[in-house]
Amino acid sequence: MRLTPTQMAWRAAQDIEDGAYVNLGIGQPEMVARFQPPGRQAIFHTENGILGFGEAPEPGAEDWDLINAGKKAVTLKPGTAFFHHADSFAMVRGGHLDVAILGAYEVAENGDLANWSTGPKGVPAVGGAMDLVHGAKRVAVMMDHVTKDGKPKLLSRCSLPLTGVGCVTRVYSSLAVVDIEGGHFVLREKVPGLSFDELQAMTGAPLHTDGPVADLIAPEL
Amino acid sequence: MDKTLPDLATAVAGIEDGMSVMIGGFGGSGAPIELIHALIDRFLATGHPKNLTVINNNAGNGHVGLAALIEQGLVAKLICSFPRSSDPVVFTEAYKAGSVALELVPQGTLAERIRAGGAGIPAFYTPTSYGTLLAEGKPVEEFDGRFYVQERWLKADYALVKAHRGDTLGNLTYRMAARNFGPLMCMAAARAIVQVSELVQPGAIDPEAVITPGIFVQGVVEVPDPAQEEALNRANAHHPEVPA
Repeated sequence: MRLTPTQMAWRAAQDIEDGAYVNLGIGQPEMVARFQPPGRQAIFHTENGILGFGEAPEPGAEDWDLINAGKKAVTLKPGTAFFHHADSFAMVRGGHLDVAILGAYEVAENGDLANWSTGPKGVPAVGGAMDLVHGAKRVAVMMDHVTKDGKPKLLSRCSLPLTGVGCVTRVYSSLAVVDIEGGHFVLREKVPGLSFDELQAMTGAPLHTDGPVADLIAPEL
Repeated sequence: MDKTLPDLATAVAGIEDGMSVMIGGFGGSGAPIELIHALIDRFLATGHPKNLTVINNNAGNGHVGLAALIEQGLVAKLICSFPRSSDPVVFTEAYKAGSVALELVPQGTLAERIRAGGAGIPAFYTPTSYGTLLAEGKPVEEFDGRFYVQERWLKADYALVKAHRGDTLGNLTYRMAARNFGPLMCMAAARAIVQVSELVQPGAIDPEAVITPGIFVQGVVEVPDPAQEEALNRANAHHPEVPA
């Protein structure tokens, strides 16, 4: 029993407050916008220069001057604002964003994040990730708990090139919700039916607890 | 004073071998496709300009625009943040073959370096990249208990930018997210050449709506109904066109 990427996005969305300014990383985190709880309205920032954009248009109705950081078409909403790149990253680095939710290859118990390079092979690409991890008030990661071949992605120290040092405070994984506090992983929620020891065996650093561990249950989506 | 240029060939005529050229756009939005293709056409006709250093957020997509500029062999070095795309074959092959050098810069740092270049600020400190490979060799300084990396300004000989409306004095507006790097690159280049979808007389743009004031712009050329890179790629376009 594990959460799908859609369910992880749903879980991450439950922690976003009404009125929060939020940046969602390219790929799976983009789905978080679809699951805002009723009565809450976050304002989404995309680093290419839009604040308060809407969902994807119908196929055929795309305007290619109106795209998000993933280069996918989005739409206008009442209250949308455009700005140039220096203003966009002033919003990021200047501490004006409330939340950034990013994907990751690895997260370490000291909060280090690796999400831009898998090593010297291939073409390196960084985009805005290194800026986002130092700007948002809260930097969370949404990712599978283990790699495709079953290796832990939550580690004592990252093995891949870092995106940022000591920047992540919460991980929404396919198996658990884990906070990073004082250089430790603190388990907050885990999927039902999975024992603490089983989860620990799939985690590359000690899991601590601080009070009860809740069941991580997401609706069928 | 009239900054209007008669045609695209004239607009790109001053770019010489070895120059640095900022090219606006984020992915396809704001990419000045017609200016880039005019530069390629000049190169194919005359062998110049070559060995360009190009500054853009990305590395092109498909076989038009920036990708075509690389594919046709005008580019020696690329300074960018994200040289990946849905169809990145041109840059990827050139990079792996060693024919194009890459300087990878975090996106916000790239924007701020360009802004600093245009604003006369030779260096600044940013938290971005601290403790990472991209900070290696750069001075680090502690301010109020946090560590910051020193980054230097970025300037260029030319900027090629796409705007929406422009007047003959070079005052510009942009269209939606196509604004992205345009206002910064106009500031940071010795000569900013802008293609506008609509060229108007001074006074036709509300002064309150001007995004780039004309002082940052040296030349304006009208390109009505400009091509969108995304649409060209969906049609599998190439520049120059390849026989079917």
